[in-house]
Amino acid sequence: MTTFARTPFGPAGVAILLGVFLLVFLVIPVAKVVFVAFQDPNTGAPTLVNFVDFFNTSLFRESFFNSLYVALMSVVVASVIAMPLAYFTTRFNFNGAILIQTLGVIPLIMPPFVGAVAMQLLFGTNGSINLLLDEWFGINIPFMEGLNGVILVESIHYFPFILINLSAALNNIDRAMEESAQNLGASGLRLFRRIVFPLAMPGYVAGASLVFLKVFDDLGTPLLLNVNNMLAPQAYLRISSIGISDPMGYVISVILVLFSLFALWTSFLAMRGKEYATVQKGGGGLMKRDLRVWEKAGAYAVVIFTLLIVLSPHIGLTLLSFGTIWSFSVLPDAYTLANYQEVIGTTSEYITNTMLYAGLAALIDVVFGTAIAYLVWRTGLVGRQWLDYLATGALAIPGVVLGIGYLRTFYDVEVPFLDKPLASWWVIIVVALAVRRLPYALRACVAALQQVAVALEEAAENLGATKFRTVKRVVVPLMSGGIIAGFITSFATAAVELSATIMLVSAESDAPLSYGIYVFMQSAAGRGPGAALGMIAVIIVGVATYLSHRVIERGKRERALEAALAGGV
Amino acid sequence: MAERGPVSVRIEDVHVSFGRTRVLTGVSLHIEPGEFFAFLGPSGSGKSTLLRAIAGFGPTPAGRILIGDQDVTTLPPWKRNVGMVFQSYALWPHMTVRKNVAFGLEERKVAAAEIRRRVDAALELVGLSEFGERRPAQLSGGQQQRVALARTVVVEPRVLLLDEPLSNLDANLRVQMRRDILELQRKLALTTIFVTHDQEEANTMSDRMAVLNDGVIQQVGVPMQLYDRPANLFVADFLGTANVLEGRFAVEHGRSRFRDESGIEMPINDVVKYESGAVMFRPQNLTIQSPGSGHAAGIVPLPGTVQYVEFLGSIVRYAVAVGPHVILVDASHRQGDRVFPQDAAVEVGVDPACVITLAQ
Repeated sequence: MTTFARTPFGPAGVAILLGVFLLVFLVIPVAKVVFVAFQDPNTGAPTLVNFVDFFNTSLFRESFFNSLYVALMSVVVASVIAMPLAYFTTRFNFNGAILIQTLGVIPLIMPPFVGAVAMQLLFGTNGSINLLLDEWFGINIPFMEGLNGVILVESIHYFPFILINLSAALNNIDRAMEESAQNLGASGLRLFRRIVFPLAMPGYVAGASLVFLKVFDDLGTPLLLNVNNMLAPQAYLRISSIGISDPMGYVISVILVLFSLFALWTSFLAMRGKEYATVQKGGGGLMKRDLRVWEKAGAYAVVIFTLLIVLSPHIGLTLLSFGTIWSFSVLPDAYTLANYQEVIGTTSEYITNTMLYAGLAALIDVVFGTAIAYLVWRTGLVGRQWLDYLATGALAIPGVVLGIGYLRTFYDVEVPFLDKPLASWWVIIVVALAVRRLPYALRACVAALQQVAVALEEAAENLGATKFRTVKRVVVPLMSGGIIAGFITSFATAAVELSATIMLVSAESDAPLSYGIYVFMQSAAGRGPGAALGMIAVIIVGVATYLSHRVIERGKRERALEAALAGGV
Repeated sequence: MAERGPVSVRIEDVHVSFGRTRVLTGVSLHIEPGEFFAFLGPSGSGKSTLLRAIAGFGPTPAGRILIGDQDVTTLPPWKRNVGMVFQSYALWPHMTVRKNVAFGLEERKVAAAEIRRRVDAALELVGLSEFGERRPAQLSGGQQQRVALARTVVVEPRVLLLDEPLSNLDANLRVQMRRDILELQRKLALTTIFVTHDQEEANTMSDRMAVLNDGVIQQVGVPMQLYDRPANLFVADFLGTANVLEGRFAVEHGRSRFRDESGIEMPINDVVKYESGAVMFRPQNLTIQSPGSGHAAGIVPLPGTVQYVEFLGSIVRYAVAVGPHVILVDASHRQGDRVFPQDAAVEVGVDPACVITLAQ
C-alpha cells in the first residue's frame, strides 16, 4: 500500500505495471492454452482436429458428460440442502437461525478434497454408515460410488453459496411486496409462486451458477476419490503423465473455460437489472411468523440432520487424524497422536510453505486490489475499467487451466541467477495463487473504497495533500477494515488451493499443505497423517475465517455507531 | 363481492401491542361512508399501525373493526377486500405495470377479457395508458404512485387505505398528486383513510381527521375546527404554531378570567370549569402596534419589546418579549407596511374571542 503511495510515476505508471502483471500472468498463459488447443501438434497450423479427436475418444466424451452430470446434480443436491434452511431463517421466528448461519460457514472452511477420503470412510460401501445400515436393515446405499461420491462431497461443500445468496435474496424482499399481494387477495402457495419465488429467483440462480462453476472446475475432489473419468482430472493426468505437448489437456482447458464463462454469464444475467433490493427504510424481509411446537420440532430435526451431514467430513477427518487403523469398522480401532507427531516432525515444511505462499499471495492481492480499486473508481485514466475486467476475469479461469498455461508459458523462461525455469520456481506458485484470489480481494477492496466518501478525499486535497498523500493518509486507513478482511479471505482460500498448485509443484520441498494432503492420501498408510495435515489446514482456515468475520463485523458496528451518532445530532 | 355504494368503517375500542410495547390504546372511531379521513400524528404515534390493522396486517388487535356491517377483526388480509396503497408503493419489480394492475383481478378469478377491460380503464383513470408494458423501475416516482393507486382501485375495494401517499414525492408533485388523489376519491365515491405526519396534507385533503399521539386518539374533527379549537396542548402544537401561557382561572361576575404568574391578565369568553390550566392563541390572531395607539373594544393589550423579526414573505413574524414570555405575532405583509425594528417597544393585542383555554 505504501509502495503504491511512493511510486514515483503517478497513477498511469501504476496502472501500466498492474496491466503488465495481469498480461504476463493471466492473459498470455490463458491465450497460450487456447492457442495450443487450436494448433496442429505436428505442423503448428491452426486446426480443429484436436477437438474432433477429443469428441471421438470415448473416454473424453464420457468425462465431458460426467463432469456436466456431476456439476448439475451437485446443484440439485445443494439446492435440496439449502432451500429449507433459507426458508426457515427468512420466514419464521426461529431460534435455530444461528445454527443455520453457522451451517453456512462450516463447509467453506474445509476444502472439499480434504474431507473426501474421510467421507469415503463414513459413507463408502464399507464405511461406518453402510456397516450400520447393513447390520440393522441389511441394506447398502452407494453414497460414495463413483460419481455419487463426487456429487455428495461437492454439494455438502458448496451448498452455502446457494444458502447465502438465496437467504440474501429473500431478506431483500420488502415486506410490503408480500403485503400488497395479500391486500389484493393472494395468499399461501399462490402468493409464494407469484411474488416471493420470482423475486428470490435471481439470487438463487446466482448461487446455483457459482456452485456449477466450482464443481465443474474442481480437480482435487475427483482426484482424491479416484474418479478420473471427469474433465479436470483428465486434463491433469494428460499433462502430468503424457506430457506438456499433449493437446488433449489444452482442449479440456478450453472446454472448462467456456463452461466457466457460461456459468458466470448466467449468474450475471440473473442478477443484471434484477437486483430486486426492494427493501425500503424500516422493516425489511418477509413476514415472519412463530412456529407451532410440532413445526418447531420438525424444523430443528431438519436443521440438525443437515448439520450432521454437513459436519460429517469434519467428523470423519477428526476421527481419521486421531485414529490408528480404520478399515471395515464403524469407528477407528484405537486413538493416537502419532499422526500429528509424524506430520509436524517430518513434514513441517508443508505448513511453513503454505504460510509463506498464502501470506505472500494475499499481500499481493490486497496491494493490487487496493490499487486497482482506486484507479478504477477514483481516477479518470483511459481504459481503467480494463484492469477491473482483467482481474475479475480470473474468476473464469479454472486452476488447472492456469497451471497448464504457466507450465507451457514459463518453461522456457529462465530465472536469473537460479538457473531453473520460472515454471518450476516456487514463486510461480505464489503468483498463481495471487492471480486466482485477486477477483475476491478486489471486490473486498472496491467495497471498502465505496465506504469512503469522495468528500473525505477532497477535504484532504483541499488542505494541501497530494493525491498520493491523500491515498496514504486518508483512503487506505479508512479502507483498512476491508483490506484486512480481503487479505484474510485471500490467505485462507489460497492456503488450501490444490488445482493450480498441483500442476506447479516441482519438488516436494516446495510443496504446500494441500499438495501434502494429496500425496499422503494416495496410500492407505498415509491417510492418518494426511488427515492430521488436513486438520491443521482446517484450523488455519477456520481461524482466518473467524478473524475476517470479526474484522468485518467490527467495521459494520463502527459504521452503525457512526451513523447513529450522526443521526442523533 | 363489491357492496353497493360506499361503506363505513367502525373501530371499537381497539388495542394493539407488539410484544409488551403498547402501540394503540382504546381507539374508537366512526368513519362515514364515502368520507376522506386522515390519521395525523408524529412518527411512533400508532397511525400506521391503525391503518394496517384495518387492512389486516400486524398483530390481531383487541376490540372490533367493522367494515360496513362485517366484523373483519380476525379476517386475514386477503379476505377483506380493502385496498391499500403502500408508502413504498410495493410495485412488484418482476412484473410489468399491466401485470401489476391485473394481479388483484387475477386473484379474484375474473375472466381474462374483463381483466383487460378493467385494467385499461384503471390505467386510463390514472393517466398511464401508454405505460402498461413498462417495468416499475422505468417509471418516475409519481408514475409509480399512480400505478399503485390503479392497482388498488381496479379491484373495487370497499375501503381505500393510503399509507403516507405523498411522502416519497418531491414538493411540486406532492401538490399535484394531492388534488389527483382527492379527485379520484370523489369520482369513485370510496371511503378513504390516509395516514400522514404532515398537517398540511391532512388539512387540504381530508373531510375529517383524527390526531394521534402515543397510540391514543387526541381529537377527531374537521381540520379547521381542530386547528382553531384544539382539545389539548398536543393538538394545538402539532397543527401549527401556538402561543401558550400557563396560569390560573377564576370566575368573576359570571365570566372566567385568566391570570398568570407574571401578571398577564385577560378575560375569557366562557366559563372555565378548571382552576389551573393554560391559554393558547395563534400568532396570526394577534395584532401588533405602537404603544398607546388605542385598541378596539375588548382587545387585551400586552406591552413588550420586539426581540427579533423574521420576514417570511406573505407574513412578518415578530417575537415579542412580554414579561418572561416570548409571544409570536404574525402580521400579514403588504408592500409598504411599516415593520417594527428589533428592540422597538410595541403592544400586542389579544382578542379574547380567539383565546383557547386548555386544562392542565
